[in-house]
Amino acid sequence: MISVKGLIKSFGDLEVLKGISTEVAAGQVIAVIGPSGSGKSTFLRCLNKLEEPTGGTVEIAGFNITDKKADIRAARQEIGMVFQHFHLFPHLTVLGNLTYAPMKVKGETKAQAEEKARTLLKRVGLSEKADSYPASLSGGQKQRVAIARALAMEPKLMLFDEPTSALDPEMVKEVLDVMKDLAKSGMTMIVVTHEMGFAREVADRVLFLDQGKLVEEGTPDEFFGNPKTDRARDFLEKVL
Amino acid sequence: MNLDFTQMTPYIPYMLEGIWVTLKFVAVALLIGALIGTILALFKISGPAPLRAFAVAYTSIFRGTPLILQLMLIYFAVPQLTGYDITPFLSAITAFGLNSAAYISEIIRAGIQAVDKGQVEAAQALGVPYRAMMKDIILPQAFKNILPALMNEVITLTKESALVSTIGYLDLMRRAQVVGASMYRQFEPLLFVGLIYWVLVMILTLIGRKIERRLKASDIR
Repeated sequence: MISVKGLIKSFGDLEVLKGISTEVAAGQVIAVIGPSGSGKSTFLRCLNKLEEPTGGTVEIAGFNITDKKADIRAARQEIGMVFQHFHLFPHLTVLGNLTYAPMKVKGETKAQAEEKARTLLKRVGLSEKADSYPASLSGGQKQRVAIARALAMEPKLMLFDEPTSALDPEMVKEVLDVMKDLAKSGMTMIVVTHEMGFAREVADRVLFLDQGKLVEEGTPDEFFGNPKTDRARDFLEKVL
Repeated sequence: MNLDFTQMTPYIPYMLEGIWVTLKFVAVALLIGALIGTILALFKISGPAPLRAFAVAYTSIFRGTPLILQLMLIYFAVPQLTGYDITPFLSAITAFGLNSAAYISEIIRAGIQAVDKGQVEAAQALGVPYRAMMKDIILPQAFKNILPALMNEVITLTKESALVSTIGYLDLMRRAQVVGASMYRQFEPLLFVGLIYWVLVMILTLIGRKIERRLKASDIR
């Protein structure tokens, strides 16, 4: 599903990603962890070209997006993305948020899009909020709507950029529960997260980034039980 | 106390006609200003370097010199340089239109740039094309930021429009002066049109508030 080779990303003189390579198979859930400034979010944002990779290749959902001729909009339709700060469209209702892109980009009819949107809202437990505006929702509710909005495009995989970092503690669980449910349904997911519990419980594999390098990767049991590198050990001591 | 409004009575219809003269030219000037202002704003945000430089220089010149000077330049310079005898109306809408374009371009630019960058990213991540994103996602939100400042510009323009009395355009202000001269009483007609300007501005303010409240529907918790 994803194949990243030698991915480099620089902002001016600052090299944020220093050659990252990894493969992700369909249906896998990957947790990307690491200290702040390690390049985790930049790595994720390179996968749908919200950041333009400086070097290396990224193949994702059947598109080589580092190829200049790649149809990046077509690729993005297959790649759902959930942001730390939700980024719901504030002037549209919840239903409007879910139906806008399917109608505008995929040409679905209003009836089709709304039927699908209502099914998705039910799935994330927010059926009664269809006609509300984002400003009236709690953080946890906003993030669940944002997940539903991404799913409404029926993507092949989902990227999550610290989806619970901006939430009040009591709202973290409701979002993680939706993500767990999504993982169980077989969705391919790349999750940048500080939730070690989630990484341990749900991820098939953990990627540990530090200073722009993929320092260690392995199953959660290997990584959390017996980290191979000093840097991973240091990091885990601090966060666990 | 030497105030006598009764002498003014026969002149009232003449002065009231000035309302339409003023509103007509303010509306046309505003339309020109909005059109050129939008184009300048887009130049400033996403234009190539020469167009951006032009827009910045334009704004700097029109905001950096007195409006009455611009008005006089257009009214007196055009006949002197080209021989074309420009009418007061044409001079007025040109000067006010070009001048308000500079202000409106800044209002629109700031409004668009105040929209959270995350909105662009969210739309891009969903595969929404640029034009649709601008039209459906960014501009509606920018408009909400812009509206109070834009309403302010409309009000300023309505009041500043009195400047055209200096080139003999028969607007509200000029009519008050004409009536004052023929009655040998300046105070009453000036007070009268002053009241009319105030009422006009109050009406514009109310309209602005009403639109703002409707746009705020999505903010209500």
